[in-house]
Amino acid sequence: MNTRRDRSLSILALALVGLLLAGPFLPRWTMFLITVSLCYGIVVLGMMLLMRTGVVSFGHGLYYCLGAYAAGTLEPFFGISEIAIMLACAVAVTGLTSAVLALLLRKYRDIFFAMLSLAFSMILYGLLVKTSALGSSDGFNVSARTFLGFTIAGAPYERYVVFAITVISAYGAAVLMQLYLRSHRGRLAGAIRDNELRVEYMGASVANTIHVNYVFSAVLAGLGGALAGISVGHIDPEMAYWTTSGEFVFVAILSGTGSVLAPFLGAMIFETIRSFAYEYSPNTWQMALGVTMLLVIMFLPGGLWSLFGKLRRT
Amino acid sequence: MSQLLAVLIDGLNYSSWLFIIAVGLTLIYGVMKILNIAHGSLYALGAYTAASLAGSWLNQGHSPMGSYAVLLVAAVLVGVLAGPLIERGLLRFMYGKDEIVLVLVTYAVFLILEDFIKLLWGVDPYLLYQPYGLLGSFDVGNLTYPVYNLALIAVAIAVGVTLTWVLARTRQGKILIAVIHDREMAAAQGINVSLVYFVTFTVGAMLGALGGALTAPMISVQPGIGAETIVLAFAVVVIGGLGSLPGAALAAVLVGLVRSAAVHYRPELDLFSIYLVMAIVLIVRPKGLFSAQEARKI
Repeated sequence: MNTRRDRSLSILALALVGLLLAGPFLPRWTMFLITVSLCYGIVVLGMMLLMRTGVVSFGHGLYYCLGAYAAGTLEPFFGISEIAIMLACAVAVTGLTSAVLALLLRKYRDIFFAMLSLAFSMILYGLLVKTSALGSSDGFNVSARTFLGFTIAGAPYERYVVFAITVISAYGAAVLMQLYLRSHRGRLAGAIRDNELRVEYMGASVANTIHVNYVFSAVLAGLGGALAGISVGHIDPEMAYWTTSGEFVFVAILSGTGSVLAPFLGAMIFETIRSFAYEYSPNTWQMALGVTMLLVIMFLPGGLWSLFGKLRRT
Repeated sequence: MSQLLAVLIDGLNYSSWLFIIAVGLTLIYGVMKILNIAHGSLYALGAYTAASLAGSWLNQGHSPMGSYAVLLVAAVLVGVLAGPLIERGLLRFMYGKDEIVLVLVTYAVFLILEDFIKLLWGVDPYLLYQPYGLLGSFDVGNLTYPVYNLALIAVAIAVGVTLTWVLARTRQGKILIAVIHDREMAAAQGINVSLVYFVTFTVGAMLGALGGALTAPMISVQPGIGAETIVLAFAVVVIGGLGSLPGAALAAVLVGLVRSAAVHYRPELDLFSIYLVMAIVLIVRPKGLFSAQEARKI
């Protein structure tokens, strides 16, 4: 048991206040980069929970995409462009879907878990690319006009409001995750990864825990997807493609599962590298990712976060 | 009636394509327990190499029939260059790690090779259509099919029969089966396991490249074909039961027919149908159609 006080919550609160205060003074591109990274970080936070439980989903693009579409289709079909409702809808749809799919997935482990989740996400991809009402493979533009009744579309502070909503959502997600990981059920995750059978002998239900963790991670992916759709302003079926899910796994490995802060740090690094790489060397950036991934797997199995632990110990 | 026939022919054609690609993947998994995402890049490498080699062969005015041999040479070339490089240079340091970690390692290789292909061949599509029409065509009812499609089916059957024969009837096949069942025991009997891995991976890589080389005349070879194909191959291999040769064949036929029926009757369900089959099979038989029973370890 770790006796040193965990300072994650205070660091999170500092980051929240810092980002909200600094927001108005940040250049547009920095603000956008932080927004997108935080959306990504929310998704990876869920991946982290699954990895702690010992299962890897190669299909979280399903919820990323589903959340974005649940939020984005409200405007064209129901005329709703209120961000709060859009986010709530994304959370509800991904929560319900994952609660049903988890009934199946919770019996699977290892490669079979990865493959079945991959199949589910590709089913959604296959449907969306052929649905012309939703723009087929081109997707469509998302419009979010109001937040809590205030019109933000076109206002000078529009970007900042979206930024602030993302920052607060990320903070909320991270705090919830931190409290969950400290809770009774949250602590079971690592035990399940180490030895399922003994967890059962102790009287805890492995299947239920995997179910809950899966739904939690799916909702986070849905929230991240909806926020990403709102901040980028466009969504397409590529969000459900297996390479998107692969990227989530990649960032989760890169970050490490040591702390709720790790996914956000990893996502920030990932998005920064990506935006510069798109600019300067669009044809070699995947190669850089691949090499990084190999290096992390070989020399840093705990991810970037484990570097902090090493620094502290020395 | 003629539509049903068309579904059947298209389906079998697609099945043989799927089988050629999936068989290398299932072979590698069966022996080495590595679900090789980089198989998609080997497929793409095969397609690119075949397109440029056969393209320059035809441009130099050599016999057009010879281009088929060039396609095969391209596949072998990619197999013996990339296979050993990946296995000896990287994978052998990873044996013994978790299966899921190995998947991620091959995912990293996939990412690296995707950009390697872009650097070498650029991002513009390559077209190599001559070999496709060269063999002429045949009519079924009022539909015309290139003979190349039949040749693809023949290659798939030849590959399947050869592998089954090697596994069942030769000394090398028996060694392979020993390694599949118990790697450490096999090593204790004096089998050179690392050589077996090396050869298996190279042959598997060659089969992936062969799939790409034979596909090159039918498609426009461009970035992204590897990603598109590997997830189809995953579907086939997982449906059949990871590591099972007859499973891969049956799954390829199943997926091929389902997809061709979808394309003919409900084109909007094209991709959807394949992954629906994959999900249903996994739900009903969690380890695929042909899966070995495993003892539960505590």
